[in-house]
Order: sequence, then structure tokens, then C-alpha cells
Amino acid sequence: MTSPVIDVSGVDLTFQTNDGPIHALKDVNLEINKGDFVSFIGPSGCGKTTLLRCIAGLETPTGGDLKVNGLSPEDARKARSYGYVFQAAGLYPWRTIGGNVKLPLEIMGFSKAEQAERVRKVLELVDLAGFEKKYPWQLSGGMQQRASIARALAFDADILLMDEPFGALDEIVRDHLNEQVLKLWARTEKTIAFVTHSIPEAVYLSTKIVVMSPRPGRITDIIDSPLPKDRPLNIRDSAEFIQIAHRVRDGLRAGHDE
Amino acid sequence: MIPGKPSTFTYSVLPVLTVVAVLVVVWYAAAIKMNSTWTYDQAARAGTEPSFSEVVKDTMQQDRPLLPVPHQVAAELWDTTVEKKITSKRSMIYQGSITLKTTLWGFALGVVVGIAMAALIVLSRVGRLSLMPWAIISQTIPIVALAPIIVVLSNAIGAGSLLVPKAIIAAYLSFFPVMVSMIKGLTSPDHMQLDLLRTYGAKRSAVFWKLRVPASMPYFFASLKVSIAAAFVGAVVGELSTSAISGLGARMLIGSQFGEPMIMWAALFAAAILAAILIFTVGAIEKILRRAMGGQPV
Repeated sequence: MTSPVIDVSGVDLTFQTNDGPIHALKDVNLEINKGDFVSFIGPSGCGKTTLLRCIAGLETPTGGDLKVNGLSPEDARKARSYGYVFQAAGLYPWRTIGGNVKLPLEIMGFSKAEQAERVRKVLELVDLAGFEKKYPWQLSGGMQQRASIARALAFDADILLMDEPFGALDEIVRDHLNEQVLKLWARTEKTIAFVTHSIPEAVYLSTKIVVMSPRPGRITDIIDSPLPKDRPLNIRDSAEFIQIAHRVRDGLRAGHDE
Repeated sequence: MIPGKPSTFTYSVLPVLTVVAVLVVVWYAAAIKMNSTWTYDQAARAGTEPSFSEVVKDTMQQDRPLLPVPHQVAAELWDTTVEKKITSKRSMIYQGSITLKTTLWGFALGVVVGIAMAALIVLSRVGRLSLMPWAIISQTIPIVALAPIIVVLSNAIGAGSLLVPKAIIAAYLSFFPVMVSMIKGLTSPDHMQLDLLRTYGAKRSAVFWKLRVPASMPYFFASLKVSIAAAFVGAVVGELSTSAISGLGARMLIGSQFGEPMIMWAALFAAAILAAILIFTVGAIEKILRRAMGGQPV
């Protein structure tokens, strides 16, 4: 048995604010294996984004142990182990789409030839071939978010961390992008951690669904999805899908009632 | 033309022309009123009783009126720009070129100093604590009070011409808008954008050059128009307060000291026109640069 790619054990995080301490994460335990697609779902304030940021080394837990690829999150970040996709595409308006995707490659010191090659490849991967020379404002919101996913994939990290990447998009675009992400995941075999507040999105995408609750932020349920890896959109009408969605909803409700 | 949409003329030219027309009317009225005192004095001395139309006519053709009428100023301006040789000391083009040179040197110096100070303030805590208060205090000291000191000091360090102190005075006024805008621009990237670069393991220098500097450009461009105007004012003030004998500021001073209102007013208008040209030019350059940086056409 290989060791998990992301290993979270007993993680605690308390923010000191002017209104007193806030217990953002309490005793979080989670193992994410290579090739998993893990969704974090829960109401706002449940710490799902905070947990993702801890994994990314953008926040430091105040207790417990967190390992990414066997390294501390800080070292894993420096080793460029993951690509991070934020809620907003956050493309630089002064760079073309190609230039935006190239950004991490420039910073990481890839050769010019390699930069161009990788940009071409990842833009193809997210269906944006031919948009390399366009500026962000010339693209729709969904396309911009795809470009930001391409940017996170450009340096070919094993792990992809996505923080509500489709939260600001409409349902139709979101469905389309969900399908694309699944295809992407199948083709690249990356380990993906995905924050969402949409139950259908979580169930449709994930091999493992982590249900979280607020005050203090904690995990209330971890569901291993029995759905097959190949998932057409209409799988969402299957009995299995509805059953899992039910369990997620129950988990969310239970967390609320306490 | 799109139906229902007002044309450029009604939209932007007409309001300006209306204001200009009102101003010209007020100007003529004021000139007639102010200059008529002298006309009546002369008439009283000569023992004549001028009619109203004679008075009005006279108020518009005095050699040294209290307030020259617009067409007199226009004639003087025409005479000193088009008719006079450019090499003549009486040519507004010659005088304007001196002011322009001072303005551009002061502007360049001001922009460089403004950017450098903003960078220091944004990048280092020490810079922020030590420079910021001085930068603000610098703008509370009247430049007219500082100008003679700047002249004396730059003479002391052996700056031969008056250009150096004048350019310093212009820079003194023009660095501030650039500095303030650049501080705002360099700190404009939000947390998400900074976090993104952290996930790449980017160094501080990469964050500065790849994110902060390009993000600050719109702020920088916006400050240039203010800054060139400030540099121009600084150049004119420099000419007024360094006992300079050339430049538009000096012409204004000479005009007022030697009782030549025409020269004074013509220099004033020449200055206004030059300032407008400068601001327009900077605006045009800004537009080109914005487009080059992928800006959305407005």
C-alpha cells in the first residue's frame, strides 16, 4: 500500500481575530490517495476553503500534522507539487491567454521553447486552442476559468487544488465545465481536491466526498463514491447518484442541527 | 451616425463653445467697464463729452488698458507667435520653448523620483516609515518660498544655468502625483493574486516585476496627466521666482512690471495653450500604451 498523497491528521486551526479566536478547523483527519478526486462540501464557514489553503501551505495549522507528497505543505509548495485554481479566474488583463498560462512557467524558469510547447499543450487540454493571442476580456467567464485551469496545469504538478472554481458561473456553463474537468482528470490522472457548495457537482465529480460543518469547522462524513470512473452527465438521474446525494444532504443537515 | 445618439458636436463641442462664448461676452463687458475710467479721465482733461459708442470704441484700442479685450490679446498672440522670428526674444514660441524645456526636464525628473520613492515605500517598511511623512510635508511647503533657496543651493553646487533650479522646482511639484498613484498601483493586486504567485513559489522580485509593476500601469498613466500639468506650473513658478529673464513666466512678470498688459495676457494665453498641448500629448501617449497593454478599447 502506497502512502497517501495528502495526509491530514488531527489538524487544528484557530484564527486570532479582534472578536476573539475563531476555531476554523477542529481535529481534521483525511487521507487522499493518488488519482483521487476529492470534493469538500459544506456551508460557508465550515472551513473547506481553509483546509484547502492549509494543504496548499497558504495557511499554517495551529495543531496536528499535514503532509503533501510526504513533505510539509510549505516544502511541497516550494517543490511546486500542486496547481491551485481560485474562485475567480484572476487572469492578468495585460497578458494574452497564452501569456497568462506562461506566467508560472516564466517564474519557474522553463526555457522559452518549453514554455511555448507547454502553453500549446495545456490550452488544447482545456479546449482553448486558438485563443492563445486573445486577451481575457475577449473571453466569456467560463472560458476564462478554463484558462486559469490551464495555467494551474501548465507546470504539470501531480496535484490540482480547486477552490470553488465554478461557483460564479451559471448552471449550464458549470455542467459543461464539470464534464470537461472529469475528462481532464481521466486524461492527466492527477489527484484533485475540489471545494464546492453544490451537492450535484460534488457527487458528479468525486471519488470521495468530504462533508464538513461549521463552528468549529470539522469533517462530519467521508463518502467513498461507488460511481464508475466514466460518468456521462445523465448519471445524475441514476438511483446510485441520488442515493449518494441524499447521504451528502443528510450529512450537511446533521451538521447544522447540532 | 446612430439615430437618437447626440453627435460629437452637440455632445462635446457645443457645451465648451457655449462656455467660451459666455466668457468672451463677460470679458468684453468687464473690459469696457474697467477701461472706461481712463477714457472718461482723458475726456475730462480734454474737456470733451464722449458719447457711449465713442467710449466703447476707445476702451478697445488703448495701448495700456487695465484689461485688454480678447481681440487685442489675440492680435498680440498672433504677432508674437506667427509674425515674430522664432529667434526673437519677443517671440512667444521662443519663450515657450524655454518653459517647455524646463517642464520636460522637471517632468522626467519628477516621474523618476516619484516612481523610485513609491517603490521604496511599497517594498520596504523602513522606506515607508521614513519617506512617506517627508513626501507629504514637502507638498505643504509653498514652492514660492523654497524657490530662492533652490536657486542659491544649485548655484553653490556649481550648476551654471538657471535650467537646473527651475527643473528641480518643476520636479518638486510633479513627483508627488506620480508617487501617490504608484503607491496605490503597486499595492493594487489583491490577496488572491498574491496567493497565486505564492503557489508558484515566486520570489519577491518576481512578484514585483510580473504582478505589481504591470498592475500599477493604469494608475501610472492616470498620474502622468496631473504630473505634466504640475511640472508646467512648477516651471512657470520657477521662472517667476528665480528672477529668470526668459520663459513664459518671466514674460508675464515683465509684462506686469513694465505695465505692458498685452505681453502679460499674451504670455498667459501662450502658457495655457502650451499646457493644453502637453496634457493632450500625454493623453495620446497614454492611449497608445494602454492599447499595447491589452486594454479593452473604451
